Amino acid sequence: MIKSYKLRRGLANTFIYILLAVLGLIWIFPLVWLVLHSFRINPAGGDPATMVDHLFPHLDEYGINNYVELFTKTDFLRWFGNTFIIAVVCCIISTLSVLVVAYAFSRLRFKARKPLINVGMIMGMFPGFMTMIALYYILKMMGLDQTLLGLILCYSAGSGLGYLVMKGYLDTIPHALDEAATIDGANQFQVFWKIILPMAKPMVIYQILTSFISPWCDFILVRLIMQDNVNNYTVSRGLWMWTEQEYKAQGYFRFFLAGSVVVSIPITALFLYMQKYYVEGVTAGGVKG
Amino acid sequence: MKYIDYIQLNPLQRFWYKFKETIKNLPNTLKAFFCAIGKAIKNFVLKIALGIKDFAVGFAQGDIITKLSYIIMGLGNVTRGQVIKGIIFFSLEVAYIAFMVFFGGAYLSQFFHLEAQYHYETISGGRGGTSQTLVYDSYSNQILLYGILAIMATLAIVAVYVASTKSARKCEQLVKAGKKPETFISEVKEFLDSKFHITLLSVPVILICVFVLLPLIFMILMAFTNYDDKNYFSFQWVGMANFAEIFSGNTTGASMGYTFGNIVLWTLIWAVAATFSNYILGMVVALMINKKGIKLKKLWRTLFVMTIAVPQFVTLLLISQMIGQSQDSPLNLIISMFTGAPSQFNVMAPLYDGWIARIAVIIINIWIGIPYTILMTTGILMNIPEDLYESARIDGAGPVKSFTKITLPYMLFVTTPHMITNFIGNLNNFNVMYLLTGGGPSMGDYAYGAGKTDLLITLLYRLSVDKQKYGLGAAIGILVFIVCATLSLITFNMTKSAKDEEAFS
Repeated sequence: MIKSYKLRRGLANTFIYILLAVLGLIWIFPLVWLVLHSFRINPAGGDPATMVDHLFPHLDEYGINNYVELFTKTDFLRWFGNTFIIAVVCCIISTLSVLVVAYAFSRLRFKARKPLINVGMIMGMFPGFMTMIALYYILKMMGLDQTLLGLILCYSAGSGLGYLVMKGYLDTIPHALDEAATIDGANQFQVFWKIILPMAKPMVIYQILTSFISPWCDFILVRLIMQDNVNNYTVSRGLWMWTEQEYKAQGYFRFFLAGSVVVSIPITALFLYMQKYYVEGVTAGGVKG
Repeated sequence: MKYIDYIQLNPLQRFWYKFKETIKNLPNTLKAFFCAIGKAIKNFVLKIALGIKDFAVGFAQGDIITKLSYIIMGLGNVTRGQVIKGIIFFSLEVAYIAFMVFFGGAYLSQFFHLEAQYHYETISGGRGGTSQTLVYDSYSNQILLYGILAIMATLAIVAVYVASTKSARKCEQLVKAGKKPETFISEVKEFLDSKFHITLLSVPVILICVFVLLPLIFMILMAFTNYDDKNYFSFQWVGMANFAEIFSGNTTGASMGYTFGNIVLWTLIWAVAATFSNYILGMVVALMINKKGIKLKKLWRTLFVMTIAVPQFVTLLLISQMIGQSQDSPLNLIISMFTGAPSQFNVMAPLYDGWIARIAVIIINIWIGIPYTILMTTGILMNIPEDLYESARIDGAGPVKSFTKITLPYMLFVTTPHMITNFIGNLNNFNVMYLLTGGGPSMGDYAYGAGKTDLLITLLYRLSVDKQKYGLGAAIGILVFIVCATLSLITFNMTKSAKDEEAFS
């Protein structure tokens, strides 16, 4: 009996291994395709055709030409720099404002607290797209349309509204701590800086990483705000442009592939690093008020 | 149902019970919600009335300097020792007046009809002749935007004004009582302690007002105008006409009402299918990875999580290229590998009422969504007590049965709120639709070139960015908001009811 149970379990496990392997292959296939094709060159020189009649490149078709040309012949490096600047500044502004708003709502008690929390939640329920066109006009009014500063403001100005997750986390830090500090003579600012901030470190890291990553992934807002000012594009907008028909016809698709790989490496590394914080963030925040 | 009955139910029944109760209580919840809004408005009005009374009393009882500082803000402060504070009040007043005189006032006066202002300029032509050219002084969208800005500025200055009169009055009373008003430095110090919330919130609130609230009000008001490509420079208030167009179905052919109804239906189908397929299948994969005796758990998990770590626009653009209709696209290459004949399968072909594209999108979304579920549920799955499974196995339950009777109810119980947020996220899942299909295939029976996979949110984008029907787009945005807000309200209530229960303890 025991033997047959073991056998059955072994069979079941083998079956699961096979299934997982197949699924894993399906999941990883597009990424492998992306990486392999980003190294594909035309041995005869010039552009390799956009799509080929074989699934993976032949052995003699590998080379690093695409990458070399990506950095020397296209605007990619410039876009990468733009995105990096935007991401760093956004990351600082967003993290600070989320932290500050969440702290005020979680720790301080004042008359306007409840109404402000409710207004914030209601404002967060409007589809973000609705405001995009108005944002463009506002930036135009300020003379900031098609500039990096304008884009930074768009990304980070409203980030204070994303206080829910952070507030949920701060709520779990015992109030006894700040009370003790207050008794010892700390004012509110010292409580915030010396007690709460170190305690909330994991959530702060999560916030920093998410706000750093998001400018790399947005493509809609950039398109609207930068219009056709190619110099100020971010990586995602530029790569998107290269998949458009006219660029594809000029053989830019290989740059799209190579560029995607270059962008994906740091973002993927950051995400894998922060995945444990990610789970915490998603489950901690939710809709708890 | 009594509590004793309730705790005897199994988790799934409990969940159903709670769900039914929530639905049953929905009218009450909504009623309570609107009552609360009503009450808030009532309180607000009361408070304003009290404030006005205070204001009038302060004016009547104050001395001549206090009375004067009702006109010249900050005078009371300056003369009574709070020089810096007084100067700040005064300069704010001057700034506001300058703003209204040189800029805001003109737009505010046109706010009620919105029509663009223009005049004809006579330009002398090259051969001695002259021609009349239309020159716009202000466009309607400028009037709307700057009008809102002026109103916001006015509200802000009213608040400052009330504060300044209060402060002048307080100074007067303090001086009369023989005390000195607070110094500027001690007041500033208060902002680090008892008024710390103002210090913290001021910058984010100002940023949110300018970059979220202002555009939001702009777009909400836009829903009541006829702003579109034909009335690009000059448009008017049209009341509810945009909403009427959305719900109108009487026009033949591609009416907006028909389009809207079908797109709402598809949006719902999509959200349900996407949420549940991701949830259930993701959990199955997570269970397989977590099964006892499976090695290399971390490797398997990373394999799946890799796909969401890569920026979504990369994977989505890549897949949309991979399923392209050309004979050389990877999808067709794989198909022809199996069939042996060249294949020209086109997902976007306008066949079967667009259902090929729709199903393809749902399948691709499974590819995108499962890793998220794996990431989410792994931790929770490991918390399910092992003895539950063991006793079930002894009682003769197979893997399928223990999944449907133990795992699923447990997970549903723990993750319902997350699932509803997920559902709302899917209702508004712009990225997937826009990058994969762009809303297509368009079969010509929808208005404004909308396609069969268009969701409400992509319809909103199509109308307001591509088709420049800003008014109509804004109206749809408001409808989307109403749906999402209602769903969030339900979630909020369900979590509240779930929070104090301790099932599975």
